[in-house]
Amino acid sequence: MSTTKVTLAKALNMGLRKAMEDDPKVLIMGEDVGKLGGVFRITDGLQKDFGEDRVIDSPLAESGIVGTAVGMALRGYRPVVEIQFDGFVYPAYDQIVCQVAKMRFRSQGKSRLPMVIRIPYGGGIGAVEHHSESPEAQFAHTPGLKVVTCSNPVDGYWMIQQAIAHDDPVIFLEPKRQYHADKADLDESATPDPLFASRLVRQGSDATVLAYGPTVKTALKAAEAASGEGTSLEVIDLRTLSPLDMAPVYDSVRRTGRCVVVHEAHVNLGLGAEIAARVTEECFYSLEAPVLRVGGFDTPYPPSRIEEEWLPDLDRLLDAVDRSLQF
Amino acid sequence: MSDASGFGPDLVEVFGPSQQDGGPELVQLLTPEGERVHHPDFDHDFTADQLRGFHRDMVLTRRIDTEATALQRHGELGIWAQLLGQEAAQIGAGRALRPQDYVFPTYREHGVAWCRGVDPLQLLGLFRGVDQGSWDPAENNFGLYTIVIGAQVLHATGYAMGMQRDGVVGTGDPDRDAAVIAHFGDGASSQGDVNEGFIFAASYNAPVVFFCQNNQWAISEPIERQSRIPLYQRALGFGFPGVRVDGNDVLATYAVTKAALQRARDGQGPTFVEAYTYRMGAHTTTDDPTRYRLSDDLEHWKLKDPIARLEVYLRRNGLVDDAYFADLKAEADELGHHLREGCKALPDPSPLSVFDHVYTEITDELAGQRDTYAAYLESFETEGAHR
Repeated sequence: MSTTKVTLAKALNMGLRKAMEDDPKVLIMGEDVGKLGGVFRITDGLQKDFGEDRVIDSPLAESGIVGTAVGMALRGYRPVVEIQFDGFVYPAYDQIVCQVAKMRFRSQGKSRLPMVIRIPYGGGIGAVEHHSESPEAQFAHTPGLKVVTCSNPVDGYWMIQQAIAHDDPVIFLEPKRQYHADKADLDESATPDPLFASRLVRQGSDATVLAYGPTVKTALKAAEAASGEGTSLEVIDLRTLSPLDMAPVYDSVRRTGRCVVVHEAHVNLGLGAEIAARVTEECFYSLEAPVLRVGGFDTPYPPSRIEEEWLPDLDRLLDAVDRSLQF
Repeated sequence: MSDASGFGPDLVEVFGPSQQDGGPELVQLLTPEGERVHHPDFDHDFTADQLRGFHRDMVLTRRIDTEATALQRHGELGIWAQLLGQEAAQIGAGRALRPQDYVFPTYREHGVAWCRGVDPLQLLGLFRGVDQGSWDPAENNFGLYTIVIGAQVLHATGYAMGMQRDGVVGTGDPDRDAAVIAHFGDGASSQGDVNEGFIFAASYNAPVVFFCQNNQWAISEPIERQSRIPLYQRALGFGFPGVRVDGNDVLATYAVTKAALQRARDGQGPTFVEAYTYRMGAHTTTDDPTRYRLSDDLEHWKLKDPIARLEVYLRRNGLVDDAYFADLKAEADELGHHLREGCKALPDPSPLSVFDHVYTEITDELAGQRDTYAAYLESFETEGAHR
């Protein structure tokens, strides 16, 4: 078994390369994805090796990118499009919600759209407005789309390949703060977990913390800190936001009796609200406290000098855990 | 005419008297009076069979429209989008296609659907509310009707980019080279997606024909609300040619579209075709055009009827006889019967079918909803049995 130490950015790049090698129908399209390799360098070197017909620098129009990708998918290709930043996906919102999501349904299964829409998301990089948002609930709310997010390099490598090989359209959310943050050991010969599965990432007994994407790291740090104070937190990385994989969550909450959900997105009508409803329905008699949510406030994303205060961090998460434990 | 500021021509006059009847650039091969005229760029020799074929297509397409409108009035359809007056634009464009070409329609392309071999009965499903398009787009290379205005223009452009990658453009093999035609209307020309489609197609030189039926009205809004210049002139700003053709002249529409498609198949990129026509009916059966347009206009356009002018030409040149018209009437009546009886027999989908085809394989959470709902429905049947 040989492993390499890679960042999330590198792992995604390797995963995209592998997907392109495995299937000549895989195309990449987006703004600056060619020579530049994307503003985050996720597609670095791919145009050089696969050519301009397969790694396509697009005009600067997000609806155009997604809409033409629909046409390419109908022609039999597997387009992987990059939306440069979360806050720029909205011009493509109609194409994603009205066209991409519904094509299979309205054609009664005759037309399929195997396409991946990659979106770097989340805050914490000191960016100007519209560059730090978490739009996952908007897409998870839309039937016909699948929504997944990776939290670490190993998942990034496998999940992007699995998403590309999948026959339904997938919104693939990449926590941009993690792109270059940490390295992990990647074994390319390993067998990956299924794409649409949540994963227990730390065992504990006092409360269950549900996290995904950028907040998994926060949750793991919080669990470490809590253990120093004698509190044992179980952490689950949800990984798939639509469909949700709730069975491991229910198992965990039935054991711990307490559940806290943490995400960067606004709390109001966010994933946490849906999860709280489902956990309440399924684990009602096991719950010792209401399901609590920690997330971005219900305000527009703030100027970057106060984003670390606005984003849910270790302390706000532990505060919620304390409230749950004291309930 | 220049204005005093030095910014060039005064655009206000563009929709003035000089543009009435399509203006001087209008490509025409058959006048409203049924007179065959010639054009330096788009002339074409038509066989008698071709001419009769166009006529038959237009008559039958109008019959589909008439029957569907009547079915809506009888409560069999929830709504119908009428094409009355646009038969020549659609048949001309539809007959210019080769089997390997691909069509992205709006929701009004009943004549093009006819040309592609889609059973017109299948067009009714969407309007009856029993499906959202039941034909297989891959079978006739005819996409599903698109309701969101202009969204399909991007799909057409992307599909054309796929053709480029498949190596079916510019090979010189007439059975292999292919193109896409994107249908839309004058209202759609204001949509971002349509303009983005133009930009992507120009940028990649995609083999796509942008076929705009300018029927003068976007529901109640006249073309002047969408554009201050004739639509075909916009193409230049995107970097490809634009042509205005008499959309009530099936011969000219055929000739221009055929040339534009060939240009695309040859790898010379996109063309904008503005088929200048008129929506004789309402926007849909829910619309009331008497609220926003003059009956004078309607009378003016009636004189340019696409079917009448070809009929005059056919009769005058002895290309049709009484037997032709009798056969055509019988065929139209049979089509009408097929639509009336077929429409009423279209089955409602099962309530549980809504869970099918949302995803390739139903997800666990959706299967859970379906099973709960099925049990709920079944509980009524069980209750009934006990009574």
